[in-house]
Amino acid sequence: MKIVIVGCGKVGQKIAESLSSENEHDITVIDLRSTVVNDVVNAYDVMGVVGNGASLDVLEQAGVKEADILIAVTGSDEINLLTCLIGRKTGGCKTIARVRKPEYNKEIELFKEDLGLAMVINPEQTAANEIARLLRFPSAIQIDTFAKGRVEILKFKICKDSVLCDMKLSDMGAKLKCDVLVCGVERGDDAFIPGGDFVLRAEDRLSIVASLEKCSEFFKKIGIKTNKVKDTIIVGGGEIGFYLAKQLIKTGVNVKIIEQDTARCEELFEVLPKATIINGDGTDNRLLMEEGLEQSESFVALTNIDEENILLSLFAKSKSKGKIITKINRITFDEVINSLNLDTTIQPKDITAEYIVRFVRATNNSFESNIETMHLILEGKAEALEFRIGDNSPISEKTLEELTLKDNIIIACINRNGQIITPRGKDMIKSGDTVIVVTTNRGYKDIEDILE
Amino acid sequence: MNYRLIIYTLGWVLSFEAVCMILPMVCGFIYGEKEALIFASCILICLIIGRLFISFSPKNKVMYSKEGFVSVALSWLFISIFGALPFIFSGAIPNIFDAFFETVSGFTTTGASVLSNVEILPKSIIFWRSFSHWIGGMGVIVLLVAVLPLSGGGNFHMIKAESTGPSVSKLVPKVKQTALILYGIYVVMTITQIVILLFCNMNLFEALTTTFGTAGTGGFGIRNDSFTGFSDSAQITVTIFMILFGIDFSVYYFIFVKRMFKTGVTSEAKTYLGIIIATIALISYNCRGMYESIWENLKHTAFQVGSIITTTGYTTADYNLWPEFSKAILVLLMIIGACAGSTGGGIKVSRIMILLKSIVKEIKIAAHPKSVHKLTMNGRTLQHETVRAVNVYMMAYLIIFAFSVIIISRDGYDFTTNFTGVLATLNNIGPGLGTVGPTGNFGMYSNLSKFVLSMGMLAGRLELFPLLVLFSPYTWKK
Repeated sequence: MKIVIVGCGKVGQKIAESLSSENEHDITVIDLRSTVVNDVVNAYDVMGVVGNGASLDVLEQAGVKEADILIAVTGSDEINLLTCLIGRKTGGCKTIARVRKPEYNKEIELFKEDLGLAMVINPEQTAANEIARLLRFPSAIQIDTFAKGRVEILKFKICKDSVLCDMKLSDMGAKLKCDVLVCGVERGDDAFIPGGDFVLRAEDRLSIVASLEKCSEFFKKIGIKTNKVKDTIIVGGGEIGFYLAKQLIKTGVNVKIIEQDTARCEELFEVLPKATIINGDGTDNRLLMEEGLEQSESFVALTNIDEENILLSLFAKSKSKGKIITKINRITFDEVINSLNLDTTIQPKDITAEYIVRFVRATNNSFESNIETMHLILEGKAEALEFRIGDNSPISEKTLEELTLKDNIIIACINRNGQIITPRGKDMIKSGDTVIVVTTNRGYKDIEDILE
Repeated sequence: MNYRLIIYTLGWVLSFEAVCMILPMVCGFIYGEKEALIFASCILICLIIGRLFISFSPKNKVMYSKEGFVSVALSWLFISIFGALPFIFSGAIPNIFDAFFETVSGFTTTGASVLSNVEILPKSIIFWRSFSHWIGGMGVIVLLVAVLPLSGGGNFHMIKAESTGPSVSKLVPKVKQTALILYGIYVVMTITQIVILLFCNMNLFEALTTTFGTAGTGGFGIRNDSFTGFSDSAQITVTIFMILFGIDFSVYYFIFVKRMFKTGVTSEAKTYLGIIIATIALISYNCRGMYESIWENLKHTAFQVGSIITTTGYTTADYNLWPEFSKAILVLLMIIGACAGSTGGGIKVSRIMILLKSIVKEIKIAAHPKSVHKLTMNGRTLQHETVRAVNVYMMAYLIIFAFSVIIISRDGYDFTTNFTGVLATLNNIGPGLGTVGPTGNFGMYSNLSKFVLSMGMLAGRLELFPLLVLFSPYTWKK
């Protein structure tokens, strides 16, 4: 597909990186700053145009007329909207705009249709949604959903005293009497797609596939708490904090926000009457202890300084047994951050980029392949793909035992009209099903690709 | 420095050279020459060493700027060294320095020769000499990127290092696609010229070798009198194609593929064509009375002007005998060179345009110190980096030029010969004036001079910086 990305900030670059690595899109990036454009062109296989993305000349030079998708992710909401409007009028492409000002929240719904926007994304809102989802299921490090939300891939860490320690995967079904499938294991820096002989160890990070109810059942059996958190402390009352608090309050969670700026505190108090707003320095450990950090079931560090967030979370980790979530905006040293034992980290810009990339893929799939959803799991080392099975697929109407799959592939789940089947050897895939495949191999476009 | 990645790239370059040598080998078999076996053995050598190098498969395949420059510079050195093997093994050019000079001259599309008698050479050797022009014209790395599954945007560093002109940009988003388009245009134009030449009473061998020399703007003659002996129609065809190959290839892409006529890439091409027309007029007026008819005069002038400005170096007349005014204009054309993004060499018309515009800007600023001026090209403002790079390029060019002249002056030839000799090699033209003029060659120089001139040709083809980066200690510091 032909894709034009306006704005080469972190989100724009991330999108360019992900999409160019797929090698099937023609990508052009636009930015006012020539140095940034040069950097992107040197790093990824894309074309660069220097100029204002909202100007027709520049857009035409970038080939908007033939483009399929236009993504506007500059720092300014207004430019993004204008860019999409112009792109839509001249090219008739699908447009995606990043609109982040909360003032525009209501307006978006009004103008989304008029401007012909295919997708509007608010990074802060998206990040808040992600955090809220994790707080509903605090044992998981990462949650990805498939089959329109019916199936989840959950990642969690095995504690030292867990029943899972030293258990063989083939024995798991019998011992736990529970129908979940382990689709990936990370041990240290390695990632595996485990077979039946695989023996689990403490500190392994397990990714399991199952429906929502089965997940809860499974966690109960292995003795991990599955209830959503009852209260939370949020440090930093910025936009993400606000969106998050709003969502959590709706679901009955007690929210405490610690914010330094008095004026902002007053604003927050007006829009979030049910939250406890505390005007103080979140990095003051006495204040944190006083506000009940030790008893709190969850702690979310959302200040604007990454280093501060990391330190806060490490401190919280040492004092509390609750779920800890850390926002990281700029720092890109993933390996170091992973080694810090921070539980879950959230990178709003990455999430924004991921959502947009997912949308692009879905659009691409609608006319080129039959992938429904795709998530990167196991720290990006594996892909979880949801395929729709067409009529006459070579894979359908055969039991799984009869299929010879390539190495490093697991058929994780079959969704038959909403009924979720954890596949065993005797199960059969039928046309009309969607099937989730987890693999460390790359570039699969069709379910046939998994066959030897 | 990612050594494995560089060695790996070199491996592909050598394998690619092996593939290229198949053609002269076939040519040798057709003419029943024993050199065919020499080419076969050279192919084997390139393949074995290439395979060995490829086995250094790097863990990290990301190409950074530094690796890009070094890979390109080393690729050209290697392809020249291995390309010289057939000359040495066949005994056509037994001296190693001579053979290296001749090969570099081929790949850099210079066309300067050390040979005084070409016609006694085996056909396959002549073919290889001319074919190297064609390979070097559009670039080795460009072709490798087009056909090999090298992935990632990092390859653009190599394309940038190999391509000519002050600022290199892509035609389409993908490097690979861009490389394919460039080679597509190149191949189509090459085939067109071959077909036309076949209609001009040339045999296939002559048509092929001549076209290779024209397409790459190389200029190795297949006869001792260069192009004088061929028919008028062939001479006119070559004149036109030389000028066409000297135009930025993206102009063809935008006009013929995208059908965009107001593309804003044409101002360089227009200036280039303007220079050609103006100099043809000036020289033919200056040379009036030297030829039998106006037609003869125009034909020779146009051929020589086209040949020199595109840095091809074919000749149909000995311009050593022309009036001084005409010779001075030719030397100017030698310095200017063809358009950026073409197969031609020289400083490039666009650089000259940027330099002239900078001068005008300085004059304006001198008059109104507070006035604001930006350099524009094709209606767009030029990036400061581009202008800076042009200025630095010019300075580096002059320094390299001066040093080369000084070194080869030790051999004791006259100044005109030395000066235009360096000019002809550094700008990838071929023949200069004086002893290295259209009827002479570079054979009389010492080995040291030949080596300096060979490096000059490489530096000129790669536009100085890849070689400077390769030999700079900063690059290799840990």
